[in-house]
Parts: sequence; structure tokens; C-alpha cells
Amino acid sequence: MKKRVIVIGGGIAGMQTALRLAEQGVEPVLIEKEPELGGKLRGWHVLFPSFTPAQEVLTELRRRVNDSGIECRMSAEVCSVSPREVVLSGGERLACDAVVLASGFTLFDASIKEEYGYGIYDNVVTSADLERMFNEGRVAKADGSAPRRIAFLHCVGSRDEKVCQQHCSKVCCVTGVKQAIEMKRLFPESDVFNFYMDIRMFGPGYEEMYREAQQTYNIHFVRGRISEASPTLEGRVQIKAEDTLTGRPLRMSVDMLVLLIGMRANDDNEQLARGAGLERARSGFMKPRDLFLGNVCSNIGGIFYAGTISAPKNIGESLNEATAAADAAARYVMQ
Amino acid sequence: MAAINFGYTISKPRAIDLDRNNLRKSDEILHEMPELQTCIGCGACTAVCTAGNLTDFNFRRTHTLVRRGEYEGIYAEMNKCMLCGKCRLVCPRGINTRAVVMLVKRKLGDF
Repeated sequence: MKKRVIVIGGGIAGMQTALRLAEQGVEPVLIEKEPELGGKLRGWHVLFPSFTPAQEVLTELRRRVNDSGIECRMSAEVCSVSPREVVLSGGERLACDAVVLASGFTLFDASIKEEYGYGIYDNVVTSADLERMFNEGRVAKADGSAPRRIAFLHCVGSRDEKVCQQHCSKVCCVTGVKQAIEMKRLFPESDVFNFYMDIRMFGPGYEEMYREAQQTYNIHFVRGRISEASPTLEGRVQIKAEDTLTGRPLRMSVDMLVLLIGMRANDDNEQLARGAGLERARSGFMKPRDLFLGNVCSNIGGIFYAGTISAPKNIGESLNEATAAADAAARYVMQ
Repeated sequence: MAAINFGYTISKPRAIDLDRNNLRKSDEILHEMPELQTCIGCGACTAVCTAGNLTDFNFRRTHTLVRRGEYEGIYAEMNKCMLCGKCRLVCPRGINTRAVVMLVKRKLGDF
């Protein structure tokens, strides 16, 4: 009889893990809380740095999962895990030989940073909202007109003690530069400003994209954190920051303020961790056994991690890690 | 024969000279308030600063100078702070900025 590994989470990491397990001769069962596979990537338009449509990646992964006949349990919520059993919220118990946790992350709720007025003023949107607008093919101000001046703010809900998110979310910098370029392509007459603290371009092609944003698209990069946003009488958004490179306070009005929201740990990580005896990092993300030779292993034998459950990651890293986690789980059950 | 006066003078070097600057006071300050070392220089404190919008007071710049051992004029500079505390509300690192002002003034009263 085939060994059975339960993969929790049907995003890109979960799908890739299940595919790789099937390849290794293990029987995967994919559990997803939403009615369809795809996770967070479903809400994304194009991917940095190549501007590849997110749908291209998703459609291909879904097709492979379909073709391989992997058992998928949709709209199923997990309430506890152990290496040999997963309990669903309905009380159903699924026996298994190992578990891979690939339940991902939660987007930071920008309304918590009240000083930016998200959900209070018009024309303050998040990076995720902007992706949705790109997908819908309608990027505009609340009154339907085209924005002529756009500001992006980096690090919203990242590196911020005030909202208990001290980690760097890693991908927002790159997303901010990508979205700034997309806005310039849509509105060539507009002025785009990115307010940053540090620009972290860690991957291949990222620094080149940043350079292109500066050189080809004339996107302005201002080093300083926006301290507050307020509406003006004309329905614009006034923002304040320090231009730290000149050492002077700066203010400007924009038509649209885009908040680059970070990735935070899922709230239910705590419950999962407590039930199974798993360790979490201070950030709330799961803590791998070690960061080098055991980065897809948990501190409990038979429970593995893939993707952003253990830290913010980009698409490529999540896919690679899923392959590694599947291999580690397959090795474990074959012993 | 008197030297010819060409009208030139020697300017004080502008460089922050970390070979010469004495970081002892700075270390004392950081020892009492280690959280100041977590500053990422985002400038949010200066953006909201009541004093900084009316004068050339710049809290981010001033405390950075202290940490480089540049103490001259710092006491007078910190005196421009009105202690309103808005900077503390916005600091993403949770630094008690008002306490930094008071501490720097206490430690650098002679400079």
C-alpha cells in the first residue's frame, strides 16, 4: 500500500508539494480551505521581475494537479495536525504517514495603520487592491478619473514595532517597483514616487528592474517613511514625510496612495503549533528545525514546511521549497 | 618679511573623523538606551516634528550626529525640541524619542 502524506494548503507551495510527492510514489492528499486551488496568487496580476501573468503559473500548476489525479479536499478547514493524523473542523479524522504544512501567510490589514487612512479616505489603496484593479482592467481614482500623481509607500506592516510585525516581508520592495512601472505604462503622463526606507532587491533581475524604473520610467525614489496621510478639499491625498537624504520635511498631494502591505503569519499558526508541539519564530511564522540543512523540517519528525508558512518568500522560492519539502517527507515515509 | 596675505584661510574639515571623534559619550547614551541603535533612519519622527516644521531642528540628523561622536552644539540643538511626543507615536521601531532628547541633553550639557 502506498504511503500517504497530507498537504495542508492548496496554494502554489501546496500544489507543487503534492505533485512532487506523487512523482516520488507517495499518495498525497491536498487540503484547501477555499473552494478552489491557487491561494493568494489568484489575486495577483503579473509577477516580478519578468511581468509574467500569474495565471500562466496557476493554470499550469492546476492542470498538472488535475492530470495527476491527486485527491483534493476543497473547502476543508484543518483544526489540528500530528504526524499520523489530521483532524478537520467537521470532526473528520484523516490518517496519514506524514504532514506537510503549506498554509501560507496573511496579508497585513492596512486599516490598522490608521494614520494612512486606508478604508477612511478615498484613493488610498493597498498593493493587493491594485493587483485586483490591474486584473479587472480598470485602474482609476474613486471618481473614475485617471491618477496623475501616484505615491507608493514601502514597509506598511513590515519592520514596524507598533503593529507587532518586526520582520521584513521581503517581496514588497520588488512589488512596489513592479507596480510603479505598471502604473507608468498605464499612465505615461503621471508622476510616480516611491517612499522607501531600504530597497531590497535580492533576486536575479530585480536590481535590473529597479534600475529600469529609475532610468527608463523616471520613477522618483524618496528615502523616507510617510508619517501620515490626510484628504484635501479637492479630494486628493496629502502626505508628509522627511526627505531624509536632504534632511528636510517634505509634503505633497497625490491622486492615489498605494500602501505596499506586508506578509504576516496566519493567526491559526498558534493553534496548529500548540496542538502539535511545533515551534514558532517570534514573528509568528513557523520555525524550521534549522535554517540550512533542515529548512523544510519542523522540530517534530513527520511534519514538514513548504512555502510562506515559515517566512515571507517569493513564488520561485516557495516552489523550490515545496519540492524540497516533498522530498524530505517522501524520504521520511519510506524509511 | 611679512607673509603675503592672499585672502585664503584654512577651512575646518567637514568630514566626520572617526579616528578623532571620541565615542565614549555616545556609547554611554546607547548603553542607557540600546533601542536607539535600532533606528532605521526612516525620518518619520522628523516628518511629524512640530519644531522641525518651523525651525531647522532635525531629530533624526541630531541623534545620528551624537552617535558619530559629533557633540558640538547638540545640547542647543536638542533644546529646540518641544517634547510634544508626536515622534514617539510614529516611530516604527518603538523608540522612546522623548527620552532620547532628555538623555542626550543630560549627557551632553557641556558641549
